[in-house]
Amino acid sequence: MEILVCVKRVPTVGGRITLTGDGLGVDTRMSGFTISPHEECAVEEAVRITERLGGTVSVLTLGPESAIEQLRGALALGAGRAVLLETDGREYGPIATATAIASEIGSRAAAEPGYDLALFGNEASDTGDYQVGIRVAHLLGWPVVTGIKSLDVSADGVVARREYRGVEEAYSLPLPAVVTVKEGLNLPRYPSLPGRLRAKRAPVERVEIKDVSLPEGLRKTRLRVPEGGTHQATVLGEGVAAVPELVRVLDELGILS
Amino acid sequence: MTDVPERASAVVIGAGIVGNSLVHHLALLGWKDLVLVDKGPLPNPGGSTGHASNFIFPVEYSKMMFELTRDSVEQYKELGTFTESGGIEIARVPERMTELRRRCTQARAWGIPAELITPDRVRKLVPYLDEEVILGGAYFPTVGVVDSLRAGTLMRERARQAGALSLLPGAEVTGIEVAGGRVRAVRTTEGEIETGNVAICCGVWSPRVAAMAGARLALSPIVHQMISVGPISLFAGTPGEIGYPIVRDMDAGMYERQHGGDMEVGSYAHRPILIAPDEIPSIAEAALSPTEMPFTSEDFDPQLAQALELMPELLGDEKAGIHYAINGLISMTPDGHPLLGELPGVRGLWAAAASWIKEGPGCGRAVAELMSGRVPTTDVHEANAARFHPVQETRSHARSRAAEGFNKMYGIVHPAEQWERDRPARVSPMHAAEEELGAVFFEAARWERPHWYSSNAPLLEKYAGRLMERPAEWDSRWWSPIINAEHLAMREAAGIFDLSSFVVLDVSGPGALAGAQSLCVAQIDVPVGRVVYTSMLDPDGGIRADLTVMRLAEDRFRFVTGAATGMSDKKWIADHLPADATLADLTSAQTTIGVWGPNARVILAAASGEEMSSHHYPFGKIGVVEIGGIVVLASRISYVGELGWELYAPMEQGARVWDAVRAAGKTRGLVPAGIGVYATTGRMEKGYRSYGAELTPDYTLVEAGMTRPRVKPQPFVGKEAYLAQRDAAPCALLCTLTVDSHRSADGTARYMLGGEPILTTDGERITDAKGRPSYVTSAGSGPSLGKHLLMAYLPAGLAVEGTPLLVEYLGERYPVTVAVAGSRPLFDPSNERVRA
Repeated sequence: MEILVCVKRVPTVGGRITLTGDGLGVDTRMSGFTISPHEECAVEEAVRITERLGGTVSVLTLGPESAIEQLRGALALGAGRAVLLETDGREYGPIATATAIASEIGSRAAAEPGYDLALFGNEASDTGDYQVGIRVAHLLGWPVVTGIKSLDVSADGVVARREYRGVEEAYSLPLPAVVTVKEGLNLPRYPSLPGRLRAKRAPVERVEIKDVSLPEGLRKTRLRVPEGGTHQATVLGEGVAAVPELVRVLDELGILS
Repeated sequence: MTDVPERASAVVIGAGIVGNSLVHHLALLGWKDLVLVDKGPLPNPGGSTGHASNFIFPVEYSKMMFELTRDSVEQYKELGTFTESGGIEIARVPERMTELRRRCTQARAWGIPAELITPDRVRKLVPYLDEEVILGGAYFPTVGVVDSLRAGTLMRERARQAGALSLLPGAEVTGIEVAGGRVRAVRTTEGEIETGNVAICCGVWSPRVAAMAGARLALSPIVHQMISVGPISLFAGTPGEIGYPIVRDMDAGMYERQHGGDMEVGSYAHRPILIAPDEIPSIAEAALSPTEMPFTSEDFDPQLAQALELMPELLGDEKAGIHYAINGLISMTPDGHPLLGELPGVRGLWAAAASWIKEGPGCGRAVAELMSGRVPTTDVHEANAARFHPVQETRSHARSRAAEGFNKMYGIVHPAEQWERDRPARVSPMHAAEEELGAVFFEAARWERPHWYSSNAPLLEKYAGRLMERPAEWDSRWWSPIINAEHLAMREAAGIFDLSSFVVLDVSGPGALAGAQSLCVAQIDVPVGRVVYTSMLDPDGGIRADLTVMRLAEDRFRFVTGAATGMSDKKWIADHLPADATLADLTSAQTTIGVWGPNARVILAAASGEEMSSHHYPFGKIGVVEIGGIVVLASRISYVGELGWELYAPMEQGARVWDAVRAAGKTRGLVPAGIGVYATTGRMEKGYRSYGAELTPDYTLVEAGMTRPRVKPQPFVGKEAYLAQRDAAPCALLCTLTVDSHRSADGTARYMLGGEPILTTDGERITDAKGRPSYVTSAGSGPSLGKHLLMAYLPAGLAVEGTPLLVEYLGERYPVTVAVAGSRPLFDPSNERVRA
């Protein structure tokens, strides 16, 4: 099984977001970068599938050279191959991104055994466009399902499940196919030390982006951090005296039952 | 949250291990109405305590750091937060094995259990370690781990239960108000608190908080990377937090420490990553906590292979994941020591910063004692927050030293090792001339001081056979036989010294005499034109300072002290002066040139055209002479045991004085001589003591052999204690020992460098009745005596001339003999040369 997982380098969001001085970016000096939880699950799922069925996980990102950090992160978890669609620092919207990725998938299919399955996160955690996976499938003429939280892959095809308003939907897709997944699909592993070492040594294929016209129709003018909801902490009590109230709250939250 | 109190006896900022410990000790000392403020939540407000690896190795080369650590371990134990695990420092290269031998020898000096063990033994203690990659290890069985958050909580709670403390978590300090040179209030986001005492226990944020009061703290936050790997199957059955010794992989700059089911791997090998205090993210912005910054794996990756090589199966387990990885912020200072005590310039502004987990509670105790006007139980003068000269406190310098010091953390650092970066900063007026002479510069308080001169290399031939050359590379590193040649040339003719780094403090005004008298042990009310050598004492009689005082006028006194202690001494003096006396720091205005040796008189007479005979210029006289057309203050005193003078001249005119004296000395055997002679060989042959080595608050003048025949009638700080000391039999006495044989097991002659333990002929460790260990306080050549000299305090029973003892150096023992018990000089015992 040849699986492609597409990931995106995004700022780590753990605390309050700070913008850069020009208001056009997130200040990442102190936050660092990561991939979205959806994509972490996509990498994990792909690794599990190939552990079971054999094959290779290729991880791909479109971004600047620094995005190699995210590729190595996936390599450390068990991806076997990494591809960087290297950008020149300009902003790529969903159309350009999908075009570049579809082109790479297409050229690989022409030269080698192509991909059987392309996994995406349901949406990027920074821009939240919800588009790239669908656009790639459209450009390739592959079937696509989105928002998937359970995957059952065999040589014949994929059964993908998701929940929508309390109803489980199951889709059966022939391969090759595109699936966009959501956090909760699995519990991603942590990288092992040998994994990190392998990742450090692994080559990264750099691919030149062709046939893409920029900018797209959309242009970013300014970012704004919405007013956060004020979180109110309530002191339940002190010491042993706080236990009954603590138990009541935990019970109310359904943690104890 | 508690309401904000309107006033407090002290506001302690920072609820990490240090702040918690400080409020605890303040409460024990009787303080009430304390407030502990932190911008973060309790019990882990987000500082470095929260992410510390929390292990403690008790061995330190610095006696102060060892004692602070020992005190801290005792406190952690008393709180039930210490778990002994043992610890091993391992060696991968032969130089490290030698270093581990040095570590074990130092451990013996302080009485810490330590032994050198084979790779096989290491493997038995740490079964998951591959003994093939190591040469051996040093085993310290008393190493342990602590729960620093719990210890802090317990200490804080004790203070609270004593009714002494209010807590103010979630309150960020926004300002410190200073009025008339005193702290007046602390402003926080929750309200203002009026107080006369503010203690900065803010770890990596400390410089930022100090700046609110207009003060500087020489501290730089720096990243220490750490990962946690697990679950480790071997640890699954281990009860408690730790069941295996902690491993310090010294040559890889890493440690591996079990933490429950995980293995923590930390590194001091990566590139220095500096963060400015203002760049640390706020609590709201931080993903984890402000001091747990995003892990930069590219910095850590190179170390992974070494960790894996050492523990291949345990860390190579594909099922064990790296589930926690941080760029943890820690504090570093330019000299590696904490910052403890009151800051100069603002009364009531205290620091307890740059303290790590291992010394936190000890630092808390020391600062609580200082704040209470007590002499600290542990001598922390080397950590005095006022010790730095302004040029040592700049941000750029703090960053530079932190960057250079970071990778030395697990390095093999020679005791005389010099810093490479950010030099030169302070140069004397003679600097260009010294460079031409091929001076080898050592740094002190950022002054460039010639340690010896390459131009004196021809003297090596002249004095061949008397140079006490050191065949072992380690013994001769940062040393040259030229030092001993310069020494002999000075004793034969004369030497000229650049002493520009002297700290020169002029005290003047109607209250100058009273102020000076109240500080000094010696009689300061001498005729104008005299110089006095004196000590200053702590209230309990410990030795506080060692300096000279010149009476320049009825109401003007010049205090001259060393570069290393100068700023601490300056604050001590300033704090004790009456209102009608003022202190002016002339360090950067006055240069000092020393000329000593049998020919010093004829040289200076020729240079000045003045009568310099003892009749006109007796020992202890100061006077004005003209040299090279410059007005020079000449003080006849000596630290090297020779006839001669200290010459004081305005800084910009110093080069002319230097040239004039050199010209006059040309045909009279005058050689330029470095600090190697001034601070070691010259003074040690004379039994002269050095502050910080022999003279410390831990010892008395009686023990140092510096009792004067009479005690002046005027009061002075420490007088009562001093009188009592004189009446009691001292339990230790400072001795000078000579090394009888330098021959090591492999036949190489070895020369001790200082810090080594003195042992009985049976190899037993020596301590006095107060538990103070006997170790080498200073070591150096005595070229005129042909002996390697050691100074050490010995218990009264052993402080007897002729007593045979041993000194342990790098794991081997060498016979020594007590040559002098007390301060009688070995060289020129009747002081004929000085008084010639």
